[in-house]
Amino acid sequence: MTAAVPVLAGVLFAAGTYLVLQRPLTRILLGLALLGHGANLLLLAAGGRAGDPPFVGEAGAPAQSADPLPQALVLTAIVITFAVTAFLAALAYRSYVLTGSDAVEDDVEDRRIARERLEDTA
Amino acid sequence: MSVLILLPIAVPLVAAGLSTGLLGRLVAQRVVAVAASAATLGAAVALLLGMGGEGPAAVVVGDWPAPIGISLVADRLSVVLLVVAEIMLAGVLVFAIGRKGSERSMRFFHPVYHVLAAGVALSFLTGDLFTMFVGFEVMLMASYVLLTHRADAKRVRAATTYVVVGLVASALFLVAIALTYAATGTVNLADLATRVDALPGAVRSLLALTTLVVFGIKAAVFPLFFWLPDSYPTATAPVTAIFAGLLTKVGVYAILRTRTLLFAEDGPSTLLLVVAGTTMLVGVLGAIAQDDVKRILSFHIVSQIGYKIMGIALFTTAGVAATVLFLIHQIAVKTILLLVGGLIEDAAGTGSLRRIGGLARTRPFLAVLFIPTALSLAGLPPFSGFVAKLALVEAGVAVGSWAIVAVSLLASLLTLVSMAKIWAGAFWGEPEDPPLPEGPRPLPRLATAATAVLVGVSLAIAVAAGPLFEYAQETAADLLDPAVYPAIVFEGVLP
Repeated sequence: MTAAVPVLAGVLFAAGTYLVLQRPLTRILLGLALLGHGANLLLLAAGGRAGDPPFVGEAGAPAQSADPLPQALVLTAIVITFAVTAFLAALAYRSYVLTGSDAVEDDVEDRRIARERLEDTA
Repeated sequence: MSVLILLPIAVPLVAAGLSTGLLGRLVAQRVVAVAASAATLGAAVALLLGMGGEGPAAVVVGDWPAPIGISLVADRLSVVLLVVAEIMLAGVLVFAIGRKGSERSMRFFHPVYHVLAAGVALSFLTGDLFTMFVGFEVMLMASYVLLTHRADAKRVRAATTYVVVGLVASALFLVAIALTYAATGTVNLADLATRVDALPGAVRSLLALTTLVVFGIKAAVFPLFFWLPDSYPTATAPVTAIFAGLLTKVGVYAILRTRTLLFAEDGPSTLLLVVAGTTMLVGVLGAIAQDDVKRILSFHIVSQIGYKIMGIALFTTAGVAATVLFLIHQIAVKTILLLVGGLIEDAAGTGSLRRIGGLARTRPFLAVLFIPTALSLAGLPPFSGFVAKLALVEAGVAVGSWAIVAVSLLASLLTLVSMAKIWAGAFWGEPEDPPLPEGPRPLPRLATAATAVLVGVSLAIAVAAGPLFEYAQETAADLLDPAVYPAIVFEGVLP
């Protein structure tokens, strides 16, 4: 296995983390997608070196075939990430319809209580 | 026995399908829901009763032998938590049916609720790290929908934080699984248990830390709890109640399972003790600052998680047994308190303590439901919380961890203060700000009855404390013996 896959996963994580820390939900959405890709790449890399397709035909001894388990795990994870990303996109749209923006705001009640306490002590 | 393990996962999923087919036919959906809930509860109770006779059991899906196939494991810990969880799921279901605006205004309530039940059961029963991820996702996806279905702007804002944090935690969970697989070549928990000890110390610590962070976010421990008090209170009463009772507890279960099975330590873990202490204090101080019933109770969810982590951190049979007992007690008490919080909102039309008052006079039955549950949360005798906290403090004293014992007692005292605040604000006196013009409203009868039955269950936990404590101690002995879990999975019997 080359170093390319883990490095790429690292780049995806860095970019994803940066985007998740933004306010607009659309950016967070893209960031989460990148984080998901990074995690999936890492899972794939966990399977070790590439090899012959397992289970198919006569080709190759088991020692030469790629580890199929991480691929199955990644497939499951991709499906789940896809569904949740679609859900978050719908949520961002709903936020836009209701408030006219898709920025993620602070906890309103928490801000209110913090403000009141400050006024009480002042 | 093996079929019984599959039922708590399969029945709700089939019911979810049926219920989706019956959209718009509320009565039929309710029949399906109640029948599925009863069948699942029956299967869980049968598993628990079987624990005395046949003992723990495991089944491999698709009949591939473990560790190739996915194992579902019903050991003492999983089964007892499953039973309490199913009781709460059934109670909250009846509550939702009996309360206006919970289930009737949400077309998809029943199908999604079934999916949530299946996800919780899968998380408890699975013997495989990746299947645990799937169980968490099933449960969380259902929770996202329950939180945001028909939501207004306020709930969408709160739910955004919840969903984003959930997704980040899921990505981290995948990373943890990738690292685990890269290091050991397996994701089967029993197989992992036999392999992690051979790993280099640094790799083992890395795996321990990543799983702890992932499950710590789910369990809402300090400093990873901030999403919880923001999002939970905005949901409808039954949804908040079932979230409070089950979701964070599944996270604690995962911490308990991985800490005992994979990353066992020789003595108390300083890191976890600090996390436990700060979680207790920060949670309870947050609760005292609030003046909305559901927000106060939501901060207490965080605070009480600290106690469960404390038992795991002590890492003795007594400590782990206390955590098991505490989990059982908390699943019940937290669900009930949030249901009572919902009823207070129903009666007063608001959850703000400044606008409620005199409920003890106008709605005395609500006070009857609140008092034993609140005192149980604070850990006063003779309620279930007292038994669990006593076990925890004794375990702490036995190890000589005086600091954590002192912090836990202080947090208990502050919990009592905060419960007194709800009592004084909602049940006594007159509202500070003008109350809602229409005055106190009648309580929904069926919902109140469901809450009353659950209060009875929580009192029964206190009455049955003796046998339950024995069971918890056997559970702890099983968890701390590294040979037990692999033996259940690979041979299907206790060693």
